[in-house]
Amino acid sequence: MIRYIASRLLSLTLSLIAASIVIFAVIEIIPGDPASFMLGVGVRPDTLEALRDQMGLNDPLAMRYFSWVTGMLTGDFGISWTYKIPVSELVDDRIWVSLPLAIYALFLSTIIAFPAGIIAASHRGGMGDVSIMGATQFGVAIPNFWFAMILVLIFAIKLPWFSAGGFPGWDDPLLALKSLTLPAIALALPQAAILARVMRSSLLDNLGEDYIRTARAKGLTHRQALWRHGVRNAMIPVLTIIGLQFSFLLAGGIIIEQIFFLPGLGRLIFQAISARDLIVVESVVMLLVFVVILVNFAVDLAYAAVDPRLRSCE
Amino acid sequence: MKATMPLLRISDMSLTIGATKILQDINLQLQHGEILAITGESGSGKSMAALSIMGLLPRGALTTGQIMLDGTEILTTSETNLCKLRGDTMSMVFQEPMTALNPVQNIGNQVAETILIHEHTSKKKAHKRATDMLRRVGLDVAPTRFPHELSGGQRQRVVIAMAIVKHPKLLIADEPTTALDVTTQANILILLKDLVREFDMGLLIITHDLAVVADLADHIVVMQKGRVVESASTPKLLANMLHPYTRALFDASRHQVDLPVYKGGLQLVYASQIVRNYPSPRKTIFGPRPKFCALDNISFTIDHGERVGLVGESGCGKSTLTRVLLGLEDVQGGTITLDGEPVFTGKKPNLTVRRKMQVVFQDPYSSFNPRHRVSRLISEPWNLLDHQPDDPDTRIATALENVGLSALDAFRYIHEFSGGQRQRIAIARALIVEPDLIIFDEAVSALDVSVRAQIIDLIVNLSQKRPLAYLFISHDLTVVRNVTDRVLVMKSGRIVEHGPTEDVFNTPKHPYTRTLLAAAPTLPNSQEA
Amino acid sequence: MVIGATLTLVFLSLAALSFIYTPYNIQSFDIPNKLQRPNANNWLGTDHFGRDIMSMVMLGARTSIAVAVLAVGIGICAGIPLGLLAAARRGSLLDELIMRGNDLVFAFPSLVIAILITAIFSPSAINAIIAIGIFNVPVFARLSRGAALPIWERDFILAARVAGKSSLHISIEHILPNITNLMIVQGTIQFSLGILAEAALSYVGLGAQPPTASWGRMLADAQTLTSIAPHTALIPGMAIVFMVLGLNLLGDGLRDWLDPRTKVARS
Repeated sequence: MIRYIASRLLSLTLSLIAASIVIFAVIEIIPGDPASFMLGVGVRPDTLEALRDQMGLNDPLAMRYFSWVTGMLTGDFGISWTYKIPVSELVDDRIWVSLPLAIYALFLSTIIAFPAGIIAASHRGGMGDVSIMGATQFGVAIPNFWFAMILVLIFAIKLPWFSAGGFPGWDDPLLALKSLTLPAIALALPQAAILARVMRSSLLDNLGEDYIRTARAKGLTHRQALWRHGVRNAMIPVLTIIGLQFSFLLAGGIIIEQIFFLPGLGRLIFQAISARDLIVVESVVMLLVFVVILVNFAVDLAYAAVDPRLRSCE
Repeated sequence: MKATMPLLRISDMSLTIGATKILQDINLQLQHGEILAITGESGSGKSMAALSIMGLLPRGALTTGQIMLDGTEILTTSETNLCKLRGDTMSMVFQEPMTALNPVQNIGNQVAETILIHEHTSKKKAHKRATDMLRRVGLDVAPTRFPHELSGGQRQRVVIAMAIVKHPKLLIADEPTTALDVTTQANILILLKDLVREFDMGLLIITHDLAVVADLADHIVVMQKGRVVESASTPKLLANMLHPYTRALFDASRHQVDLPVYKGGLQLVYASQIVRNYPSPRKTIFGPRPKFCALDNISFTIDHGERVGLVGESGCGKSTLTRVLLGLEDVQGGTITLDGEPVFTGKKPNLTVRRKMQVVFQDPYSSFNPRHRVSRLISEPWNLLDHQPDDPDTRIATALENVGLSALDAFRYIHEFSGGQRQRIAIARALIVEPDLIIFDEAVSALDVSVRAQIIDLIVNLSQKRPLAYLFISHDLTVVRNVTDRVLVMKSGRIVEHGPTEDVFNTPKHPYTRTLLAAAPTLPNSQEA
Repeated sequence: MVIGATLTLVFLSLAALSFIYTPYNIQSFDIPNKLQRPNANNWLGTDHFGRDIMSMVMLGARTSIAVAVLAVGIGICAGIPLGLLAAARRGSLLDELIMRGNDLVFAFPSLVIAILITAIFSPSAINAIIAIGIFNVPVFARLSRGAALPIWERDFILAARVAGKSSLHISIEHILPNITNLMIVQGTIQFSLGILAEAALSYVGLGAQPPTASWGRMLADAQTLTSIAPHTALIPGMAIVFMVLGLNLLGDGLRDWLDPRTKVARS
């Protein structure tokens, strides 16, 4: 078990290092000098040069990478070139919108998908299965931003149950949650459709296994065999998908935030891209990748909790 | 008094799935404490018969007739009540122990579950009984172990413990030892026999292995194509087989061949002190990788035209030896040469050596690319020739006819052939470059007895036509004895005994060979006996 | 399967038709005739510039399909060889590198990077194709490796090696034909995901640029109009849903139809 965690931790670290190099390299090869971008056209060369020095753009590549990484490790992401305040402050405000939104959506997606997938698998070929699978076919096909627009149209414009956008802050948690509800539903339903399908097919695969037959020969009913021996074994592919979905939800949130005018990382990154505020872009992307890699690490640990084979070998 | 009420009586049972008739007019009876064996070749419907007793038939199955188990009519019992019977009054053990257990639950829980499903008892008591039962079936590992930590034989013991922990009146065992090695098989059969006597259980055992049947059962039922063709007590049936199919089946199992006399020849294969290690997973993260020694100092020779057998149980290194001999893998020590030239030549294979040997594998279903036609499949070894033959079609036709197929079969795809026909095609593929040596890697093990007999005849027939050396690898001692001049016995990567076949079988010297021979179930020699 | 194929075919033919005919020219604005509900002249109504939505949907289909097909093409052309290579050299350093590289790409939230790429190299259809295509590479690489590995264990591969064939030869002759079905099925799935991704990118203004019509851009234009002219948002959205639905149904159908198990049963 310790070996397993250690090996996962090692791969976590390696992934982070590799990811940071890739991000740094991408930002480096981008055409356009941020210093001249900041100062606008017609600037004097020595002013530009001074700014480049101040921003550290004249340092060697390796050194710039190194100082960027060590900075991040100590929570110092640098100073935004356009906002002129530390990136960490910018991010700190906004991550508390984006992260809760993704978690909320993941929660909704899971509580919808699990029962749907299990019902569909246990009544294979029946009415419940056919209608759930039909619904998921549509769910998978719906673009979440369009779904968000429809939700706004129905629940904010036609029926004034929710506000069409904006975020009141976490001072009143209930109000905050309410304002995240429509965006979370918009994100969650298409993902729930995918998850339900995976849950169903994974369960059905398991129901064909020999040990389900053994369980039935012991005297378990079909339902008991499904719950005691099917669900837990079916969790492995489902966990993988949940891990992947978290990254989809974080990223998908970026667009959904635009529709609902939520002050999250999505708006920040769009503003930063159009303003060529690369240090913000770099930091936000790195942060997102960090969260995703961390979630994948958690998924790996969850595998081990589910499957004893991983605990002993590897 | 005794025969008034059999434990199990099946009367006129028929079974159809969709439009296919699976079983027709099955009749059989089983008494308390009796062992009944159902035997027959694949497709005879013997497993389906077992599943209908358990009420576990696949969807869409339609059964007529009557199955009376201890006063209950199974076919009219509701699913809810069947669940109460399963695991309690009747139980079942399946063929494949590797997959029959839930991989994510420990074995103690899985055995205790049978108790907890049927009784209102405390978890603690159930686990206590489960632990006792695991010990009773001869398993000396902690009940907190998981299935993947156990060997095949140990897993089968867990499955048996799970089935009998409630002392059922009827135990059904579907090919319970087919996936196991002979020595393990012998132990499991002894265990089953003991349990039957101890609990006064009825045991219905399903197996294709007639030697097991003759050894174990009180009563034998022979099935063919969904029908019972013969049913009698074991001594009676062995003494007097009424149905021709029964006789054919037993004859095929005892099949003897006349191997042409080996006249001696020049040395073909020379293998000296071969060592092949595989790295196994590290014990510590940065520590050195411990090595698993698959071949440990192996030496042997095969002469031109000589037929050599290799016997051993799973994991003894047989497959590694095949790959090493074929020059597909390098060795860490020792030399292997064929006609004086090394078989392994790094990345670039030495075609002159390669074309002197070919191989036939065990599984007729995975031996061929399903997307190619037979003509392309069997001519693949021509890749080894410097020039493609000028008359490929004639040669392919001849090759097919030599193995008893038709020239027209060249244009068909492999899924159109049965297992036995596929093995013929595999032999045709091996022979097409006229090699000096063929390796038969468990080449007849996956086949039904009658088909097996035909393939063995074919092999013997081919070696009558021209001197052909082969290495016949098998776990089946009877077959090896039949078709080889000399035999090697292998255990854990070493050759523990070798010598002329008859000598080794008649006077085994090494204790392992003796165990192996003792464990192998044998048919009583002839009908007159 | 039939429904899926029909839907897919409808959109493909709409897209093809748009090369030679659209009901109206979408380059010309007709402001007085703006935001018409669907009617006899404009079957699907008009947008805020008075352009015919039917024509826009047809041209949008063309954009979506072109972007998605090319992106899947990138994935197949780069991913399958990588996957086959990794499978042929399984357990080697090369295999490890390829697979870890895949993991790395998977770790990036795909949409974020797509946004990043298109934003950096100026938004255009080509960059959208590259951005979506990059994420198809690891999908095909991982899938083809996963499918190839069990085939490498089969005896007929050993037989081919006994016949002296190189692993390149074996990969092409024996492995590839046996994983084609799977790749076709995955191709339709990635195709549908590509449509969704293209819509998302052009929705945020990073896909094909005006005047090229695209479904995502139509939705973006419609966003502020949803309360007064809901059809401007509903129709392009429905177009996406049905296109993707069609492709998914087609993929499912193909999977069942090409499944070797059902194939053996039939013959």
